[in-house]
Amino acid sequence: MRDVAVIGVGLTKFGELWDKSFRQLIAEAGSKAILDAKIEGKDIDALYVGSMSSGRFVDQEHIGALVAEVSGFSQLHIPATRVEGACASGSLAIREGYLSIASGINDVVVVGGIEKMNDVGGSEATDILAAASDQEWEAFFGATFPGIYAMIATRHMHEYGTTKQQLAQVAVKNHANGVNNPYAQYQSAISLESVMKATMVAYPLGLMDCSPVSDGAASVVLCAADKAKKFTDKPVKIIGSGQASDTLALHGRRDICTLDATVHAAKMAYNQANVTPKDIDFAEVHDCFTIAEICAIEDLGFIEKGKGGTAIDNKITTMDGSLPVNTSGGLKAKGHPVGATGVAQIVELTLQLRNEAGKRQVKDARIGLAHNVGGSGATCVVHIMEGM
Amino acid sequence: MKEGVARFWREIPQRYNFMGNKCEVCSRMFFPPRESCPICRRKSIGKMKDLKFSGKGEVITYSIIHVGPSGFEEQTPYPIAIIRLEEGPQITAQIVDCPLDEIKIGMKVESTFRKIQQDGRTGAIYYGYKFKKQR
Repeated sequence: MRDVAVIGVGLTKFGELWDKSFRQLIAEAGSKAILDAKIEGKDIDALYVGSMSSGRFVDQEHIGALVAEVSGFSQLHIPATRVEGACASGSLAIREGYLSIASGINDVVVVGGIEKMNDVGGSEATDILAAASDQEWEAFFGATFPGIYAMIATRHMHEYGTTKQQLAQVAVKNHANGVNNPYAQYQSAISLESVMKATMVAYPLGLMDCSPVSDGAASVVLCAADKAKKFTDKPVKIIGSGQASDTLALHGRRDICTLDATVHAAKMAYNQANVTPKDIDFAEVHDCFTIAEICAIEDLGFIEKGKGGTAIDNKITTMDGSLPVNTSGGLKAKGHPVGATGVAQIVELTLQLRNEAGKRQVKDARIGLAHNVGGSGATCVVHIMEGM
Repeated sequence: MKEGVARFWREIPQRYNFMGNKCEVCSRMFFPPRESCPICRRKSIGKMKDLKFSGKGEVITYSIIHVGPSGFEEQTPYPIAIIRLEEGPQITAQIVDCPLDEIKIGMKVESTFRKIQQDGRTGAIYYGYKFKKQR
């Protein structure tokens, strides 16, 4: 198996982008990544795109080929594949690209992730996102997506004494980080009080415990590590890639408070990278809801199970803490265009490991971890990266 | 939901009558019924037997939904819970006939047959189970 490196990254701004279309967004992110990598169309062996529900958000399926076309590659006939795994679609696309290079089939692959969510109304977006849960046995009975994560929160509070204030602190921290990310949907700090008093969405989660509905796209260029220096002098290596699955419905899991898919994907990635959680300098984790970040830092092995809330109190995961988490602002502040999220996490890891993260740069960042979840934990992908 | 009605009536034995099944190899019970047992896997093929569940169980966790999806807007705020059935499996369902502040983890509940949702004013009405406090 060959080593794989990221040699280029590109992002659009995340947010309510009324004046930009699906096509413009993915073309913008892709061309930025291609220019950053200093590759040309003829160098590209394949293209992978992650999107959860382009069919329902913008009525467009078959977007693998479409993305190749709008990127200007229709005459090159590059193999183009769309990958779907709900909110983990982006990192699944990364992993497919990674595997295709590691296997020796491809040398240079462009990966994109996109979701254009604001072309439908808010309630329609809620219904579309609910399709990531078990439609027949959760959504049918009135469980919303925030409601499912809220049930994880209620149980976490019951078993471990986690408080609503600890949940709120996750949002406060991620907004504080978002201030320093020019691509973030929200570049403003928020107060603990505003999170605690926000209108209730699904008890115990209020509006400010939830990531927003966002438009946005992200792209990275992957390359066989031994060929990376041909294009760039700052490649960043993917040293571990893990993926796991679990039941679609939360109620089918071994433990309500543990995402076993995270545990297994992380184990796979740690083993491959030959590192332990202690070796990780910073992480981007899937904070679609505040409780999700608390579960993530536990399930990834950074914090003992049940102590996630206390870790937030002790500021372990802030920019100045021993393990900065979601330096980009996370899904909460950076925004969560679902298909783009997993790719955007790899963009953040790359910028940090290249020492190009500006005001949010983690000092001496050497090894970073990205954690992307689909649904309430039915799919999880973990990547570990290291500067070369 | 806005799907064809077949998608709904196909699930009537489960949603109306709590029909699950049982793996005759390991005796584990499943709701909704599974095609095969995830523990015994190939050994269970052809050995999954229908079984009616009691509809009794206990609340494992819950939430109060304030922003409802389509078809549920008029029901908010409503409680949704994960219930562990006596027979072992866990399911997701609404809690009814109970003040919101009385819902607790560990509460014993039993199923009751109710309207779940409706496709607009003139569309199909979907029925199924909700849960109330055990008497």
